[in-house]
Amino acid sequence: MLSVQDLHKSFGDHHVLKGVDFSLDKGKVLVIIGPSGSGKTTVLRSLNLLEMPDKGSLKIGDANVLFGKRLSKKAVKQIRQKSAMVFQGYNLFPHRTVLENVIEGPVQVQKIDKQEAIQKAKELLEKVGLREHIDKYPHQLSGGQQQRVGIARALAIEPDLLLFDEPTSALDPELVGEVLKVIKALANEGWTMIIVTHELKFAEEVADEVLFMDQGTVIEKGQPSGLFHQPEHERTKQFLSRIR
Amino acid sequence: MFFGNITIDWNLAAKSFTPILMGGLKYTIPLAIASFIIGLVIAFTMAMCRLSSIKLLQWIARIYISIIRGTPLLVQLSIVYFGLPELGINISPVNGAIIALSLNVGGYAAEVIRASILSVPKGQWEAGYTIGMGYFQTLRRVIIPQAMRVSIPPLSNTFISLVKDTSLASTITVTELFRRAQEITATSYNFLLLYSEAAFIYWIFCFILSIIQNIIEERLDRYVAK
Ligand SMILES: Nc1ncnc2c1ncn2[C@@H]1O[C@H](COP(=O)(O)OP(=O)(O)OP(=O)(O)O)[C@@H](O)[C@H]1O
Ligand SMILES: [Mg+2]
Repeated sequence: MLSVQDLHKSFGDHHVLKGVDFSLDKGKVLVIIGPSGSGKTTVLRSLNLLEMPDKGSLKIGDANVLFGKRLSKKAVKQIRQKSAMVFQGYNLFPHRTVLENVIEGPVQVQKIDKQEAIQKAKELLEKVGLREHIDKYPHQLSGGQQQRVGIARALAIEPDLLLFDEPTSALDPELVGEVLKVIKALANEGWTMIIVTHELKFAEEVADEVLFMDQGTVIEKGQPSGLFHQPEHERTKQFLSRIR
Repeated sequence: MFFGNITIDWNLAAKSFTPILMGGLKYTIPLAIASFIIGLVIAFTMAMCRLSSIKLLQWIARIYISIIRGTPLLVQLSIVYFGLPELGINISPVNGAIIALSLNVGGYAAEVIRASILSVPKGQWEAGYTIGMGYFQTLRRVIIPQAMRVSIPPLSNTFISLVKDTSLASTITVTELFRRAQEITATSYNFLLLYSEAAFIYWIFCFILSIIQNIIEERLDRYVAK
């Protein structure tokens, strides 16, 4: 369903991604781990074209792009619509209510009938446990609640792929659980997801595959049972022992 | 003491009040509103040029803004009204005033609008993009509503300045508020009284505008964390 080949990205002189390859099957959950600055966020953002890679190729479902030259607006739109990002800092629209945040994509972009979109948004908000908060503004919610709105907003456009960049790292510890619970439920429902996280216990529970990155390359990729307990590479071992 | 001799001619004050006020209502305010609206359109266009990735557009906007901010409004007004006829372009005093004032507002408000758009966090653009919006749709649905909150106070100030700046239109024979007062002084020579009266009416206008400004700001405040 997803395939990334030879992804390169530099910021000025700084070569941040040095040829990243991986693929993911439909319905699977991939967790990306790695030290700070290894390029995890950059990979994730590249999949949604929030960052434009310098080189490489990306295929999501039936959409394909080859990086290197300027992409057409149509190509950007096509590939971007395949995935949706849940941001570390939520990035909710502060001037819109919870419900308005969630229906914005379906109504404004996908041109779905508003009543239908509201109906669907209410179901999604029910699923993330925010049914009674739909008319509030983001600033009236806790961080955990805001992040669940962020998840509902991403789900609302029915992407093929959900991207999570450290979805709980901005949260107070007592609010982490409620967000992880929602993400686990999504995994069980069969959503295809890529999650960058430092929550190793959660990662092990939710992941079908784990990818360890360091210094802009993929060091190893494997099943959580293997990678977390018998990593093949020395760097993976060091990283795991450091953060455990 | 010379001051002792001053007596206020209440009769003149009362008689002149209505014509001066009418000059304000018929010319000053409409002139300010029309120039402000047109000026905002110019300003928004210039702000978009400044934010564009196309170098040529950036430079056009920079030069425009620099010229407007670097020259006196009275000179701009004179060029439009007295200068353009030499090129065969004749315009009425009111239209001349509207053109010059609009161009002026366009230069000042462009920077306000640009700054307010830049003040919206980058993550808001990304949130728009991730749900599938393009540049202009994100701008319209996500960025501008938030930028508006930021730009209301400085733009209100621009408008209040504009109301006062319309008095310069008196120099090109527009019979706005100040010109009316001037015309009455031509026969009565009562400068202190008549110009004070004009000042008083300007002040009332600006006072009302600042109240409206507060109301708008409060309305826009509703989604901002207390
Ligand atoms: N917009 C940018 N401009 C310049 N450098 C950037 C930019 N974004 C990222 N970088 C650099 O690229 C490198 C990789 O960043 P990235 O955010 O992808 O790392 P990460 O693995 O997500 O790290 P963390 O765990 O701290 O979130 C870092 O050295 C970072 O400083
Ligand atoms: Mg990161």
